[in-house]
Formats: sequence, C-alpha cells, structure tokens
Amino acid sequence: MVAIRVPRSMRAKREVLKHAPKLVENGKKMLILHGTKTSAVLNSVLADIFHLKRDHAVKYTKKNDNIRPFESGGETSLEFFSLKSDCSLLVYGSHSKKKPNNLVFGRTYDHHIYDLIEVGVENYKSIESYAYDKKLAPKLGTKPFFAFIGEHFESVEKLKHLKEMLLDHFKGEVVENLNLAGVGRIFVCTAISPTTVCMMHCALRLKRSGTSIPRMELVEVGPSMDLVVKRNQSPAESLRKEAMNTPGHAKKVKNVTKDVLDGKTGRIYIPDQEVAKLALTNDIKGLKRERRDAKKNKEHSKKQKVNPE
Amino acid sequence: MAEETAAAATSMATNYEVDLGNLMACDPSHHIAAAQSSREELRNECLQKATELAQAVADALFALPATVGRDGPSVRLPPPVHRLPREKHLPRPKPPTKWEQFAKSKGIVKHKKNKREWDEQTASWKRTYGYDRVNDDRDVPIIEAKMTDEPGVDPFAKRRDEKKQRVEKQEKNRLGNLKNAAKVGALPSHIQLAATAVPITGTKADLPKKAKKEDLENVAGMASSATASGGKFDKKLPGEKAPKKAGKNRKFLPVVEGKGMGNLEKQQNDKILNSLLAKNFEEPLDVSKAITMYKVKKDNKRRKEKQSSSGSNKKLKPQKKLQKKSSKKTAA
Repeated sequence: MVAIRVPRSMRAKREVLKHAPKLVENGKKMLILHGTKTSAVLNSVLADIFHLKRDHAVKYTKKNDNIRPFESGGETSLEFFSLKSDCSLLVYGSHSKKKPNNLVFGRTYDHHIYDLIEVGVENYKSIESYAYDKKLAPKLGTKPFFAFIGEHFESVEKLKHLKEMLLDHFKGEVVENLNLAGVGRIFVCTAISPTTVCMMHCALRLKRSGTSIPRMELVEVGPSMDLVVKRNQSPAESLRKEAMNTPGHAKKVKNVTKDVLDGKTGRIYIPDQEVAKLALTNDIKGLKRERRDAKKNKEHSKKQKVNPE
Repeated sequence: MAEETAAAATSMATNYEVDLGNLMACDPSHHIAAAQSSREELRNECLQKATELAQAVADALFALPATVGRDGPSVRLPPPVHRLPREKHLPRPKPPTKWEQFAKSKGIVKHKKNKREWDEQTASWKRTYGYDRVNDDRDVPIIEAKMTDEPGVDPFAKRRDEKKQRVEKQEKNRLGNLKNAAKVGALPSHIQLAATAVPITGTKADLPKKAKKEDLENVAGMASSATASGGKFDKKLPGEKAPKKAGKNRKFLPVVEGKGMGNLEKQQNDKILNSLLAKNFEEPLDVSKAITMYKVKKDNKRRKEKQSSSGSNKKLKPQKKLQKKSSKKTAA
C-alpha cells in the first residue's frame, strides 16, 4: 500500500517547496565541515570561509569520521548532509601527517557528488591578522569581483578546475541587477606554479578619476593562503551536460504584467465592500458636532454674561 | 581625456578576458616573474596586476547604462559567459493523467464552467461544487418510491454509499496518476508517496522479528507447566528456570464485613440476589420507592379533601387562608 503524504500546514509546504528543484534557482548554499582531526590553521581557515559566506553557509562543528570524499562509499554521509542542509557547495577540512591542512572543495548535483578538488593550505594569514581602516571592510552579501592571473589557469587542467570551483564557491548570489554601491571586494587568485595558487581577499576602494568610471585601489583584508592542488575528480561528461542545462524561459507569473510606462503591474482581487450593509456605530465623529456646538454656545453665553459685569 | 581612458579600456579589454556576468577578469597571458623571489615581492606584483584587472571589470561595469533607484545606481548585468552547473535538475514536466489521455484521444475539450448557477430546488444562486451546491442531495427531503424499487432498501443510505464509492474510486485514480508521475520523477515537490501497512516483500520490514530471550523463556515455562500437575513433578532440564508468570492473577474480596472493601462482598451478593428475584417476580420490592409512592398518595388524598371542603363555600376565602395558617402552626 502507498499513501499520499502532503505537508499539513501552508508553512510546512512553503518550506518543502524551497528545497524543490526550480526553473530559476536561488543561490547555492555552502556546507562547511571537517574530519576527525583538524589543525589550528585549518580551524581558522574554515572559520574564515564561513565568515566570508555567512549568509549562505552552514557550518558543522562535530567530528566526522566516515567521510572520505574521494573513495567510493566514503561520500554517502556527505551526500546526506548536503540533502539535509540543502547545500550544494561543500568545503571539507582534514589534517593528517601525510596530508597536512587538507581542504576539499566539492559540488553536488541533485545531492550527489558532482566534482571534487583537493588542496593543501600553505602560508595562511587569517582575517584577524590584517590591520586596515575598518571603513573599508567589505559588507556582507555584496557580490565580489574575481581576478585570475597567470598562464597556468589555461594550460593546466587541474588549475582550470580549481578556478571554476573557486568562482562557484565564492561568487555569491546570481543577480540580474547589480547595485553599484555594493561593489567593494575582490578575490585575487594567482597561479604561482603549475600546482600552486595564491588566493587573496581584498577590499576595493573607489577613487575619483575625473570620469564616471572610478579608479580602483586594492586593500588587502584577508584571508590569504596558498592552495596546493593535489587530487581532483571531474564530473562525468553526461552528468556535466545534464547539469549545464539551461531553462528555455522562466515560468510566467500569473496576473502580473510589465509595462514600459507603468512598470510592474498586477491584478488583484478585492471583495466588494458592501457600503450599504456597513454596521453603523454611535461612535461616528460627524455625529458629535451637535454636542460640540452646544458646548461652544454655552461658553459663548458665559462670556457674554461675564462681559457686562 | 575621456576618449583616452575609453581607448585604454578597450585596449585593456582586448588583453584581458572580462566576464561581466560573474564580475570576473582573467589574464591568461601574464607570467609571474616574482614567483621564485620573496613573499613580499610576489604580493606586490599580484596586487598590481589585480588592480589592473579590477579596473578592467569596473570599466565595463560602469559603462553599462545605470538606472538610479532609491538605494543608488544599479545596472543590469549581462548573462555570464563562464557557465556553472545547476544545483538541482530542471523541474520535469508532469505526464498526462489517464483522463487527460482519454480526453485527448476522444477529442474532449475542457470547458470553463460558471462558478455559480441557479438552483431550482431552493430557488437561489449557488456554487456548482462543494457544500451547499446546486442540486445538492441534502436539499432533497423526500425520494419518491418507484415500482422497480426493492423493498427494505434505504434510498438515502444507498445514495450516500454510492457517493462514498465514487470518492474512493477517484482517490484510487489519483494515486495511480501520482505513481505514474513518480516513475518519471515528476511528482509535485510537496507530495511524497510513502509505503504503509503491508511491507513490501523482500524488504527489511517484511522479515519476522527475531524472538527475544524473554519470549522464549515464557514459552518454555508454559510448555513445562502443561501437564496434569502443572509441571510440579516433571524433571527440570539443566538451566531451566521456573515459569515467570505462573497462573492467573486473582483477587479475593475480604470475608469479614466492615466499611469500604469489606462491604463489597455484601453488595455483590445483593446484586446477584436481586437479579435472581427479578427473574421470578415482575418487580422486586424497592422500599424507598414504596415509601415515596405511599407519601404521594397520602398528599393527593389530603388535597382532594381540602378542595372539596373549600368548594362548598367560596365566599369564605380569607377564612380558608386563616385555617391553613393555623393548621401549619399546629403542625409546627
């Protein structure tokens, strides 16, 4: 026997629908978690990443001993966490003698591992270690710029992969309209060698240049680190093709039209007010005028009485 | 001046790849010279190059036509060049239901119906569906009998039954359609199909539960006591324990009479006696009831007597009252 199960309340239904596949998706959420052992450096790295993505991230603090992202069977709990927290970007930190300060960036498609890349963290400098004018501090939820420097990003396959991964992890929400006042930070990724990428996070300072286009100035705000690429796992070609599918057009919203002159207009239903049936109360202000007048007359007469004396 | 900067921007744009949708700029041709030198030099070179790239993005970004809103100027970004994978699959189209397939094959077109229609039975406008609708069965108080009707069948109940069956059938059809949709992964997102009651054969839920140690012990105890002597004279197996639950739990009432519990036995016996008497006689004697009956009879008799005495001389009403008072006083 099969029973049909639907959410009991409207609120629950809305919550379920938030997790449902959509034609136009909302921004991806990031899940940050770690293995059985993490170093102080890695703890700080994960905390900083969470800080950068605070509005679109979930951070788990418990140890996870059965996560091995690259091994078959080791990704099951990772996929489960992705489903549970509705996150499709994964950052997994682990520390061992063989692979110190190991960071695994991953993405999921339909809550199954899409691709993975493993990097080692070196030369790490945390957000706290930077001193700068706090007025420049990037604001939460602003869309960052990206700068990728170096020929290795084109020639080396693994770095190409890392570039896409970093872009997807830190780009923030996909927007059509960008508020120019929100421009204020940049991720600078430089390929130093075929295996190493230096990543920096800077604030943008918009200076007057005499034209409408401001002059850019960079102030390092941290974190910064070198990422040494180790292993990676690319998606299968068929899966990539499916994941890259784009919708033909967004679904039309009912009763809402867009007009050049009026802008966005909607048609809504307002029930008849039935003015004739309105219940009248004794508390209507208009009816109190008589009393007010009477009071006024009384005062007037009093004054008149006083005056002759 | 402006022309010069614009020219510079275009020249830069040719050097760098600018993806405005992602606010990204790449310089794939640049070779880091300071890679081997000190950290500070490397950092400076990175920042210098990044400033150029940021400027390239800004040039393209601020050149876009801006609309001034309440929170400042905003621009419309072009779609990103560098495409990234989706998070979840595209919503799949729902397969047609059985009825939709049938209607299509027969060329049945859906017509729009009015929401409200004139109801002849109640002479009023009513909705065409739901509670209090047009041609509602509830509005028919009488169903006229026909010659073909079977005797002993309640037409109202029959109608209710038929309705119930129709609803059940529709629910079954709905489930079937949903199952078909689930097969192609196009189940509406808020609906889940969950297995209930009978578990699917071969699954874990279908396997019988492993018997607990306690259950086994109970069974062993019961078997050993299934002799004429209740297992008293049977030989015990090595390691066998006495049955934990021996016999029934019985409760005896106290024999001695008294208050509370002691009184219960008497009540119980009374009950039995009364039921026996009730079988033999038509009505067992209830003393309290008999007394009240006797009193009522007596009262009625007195009232009648008084009425008859007062009815003879109507003019002496006040006197009657006096009499009453006096009689009461005497009674008190």
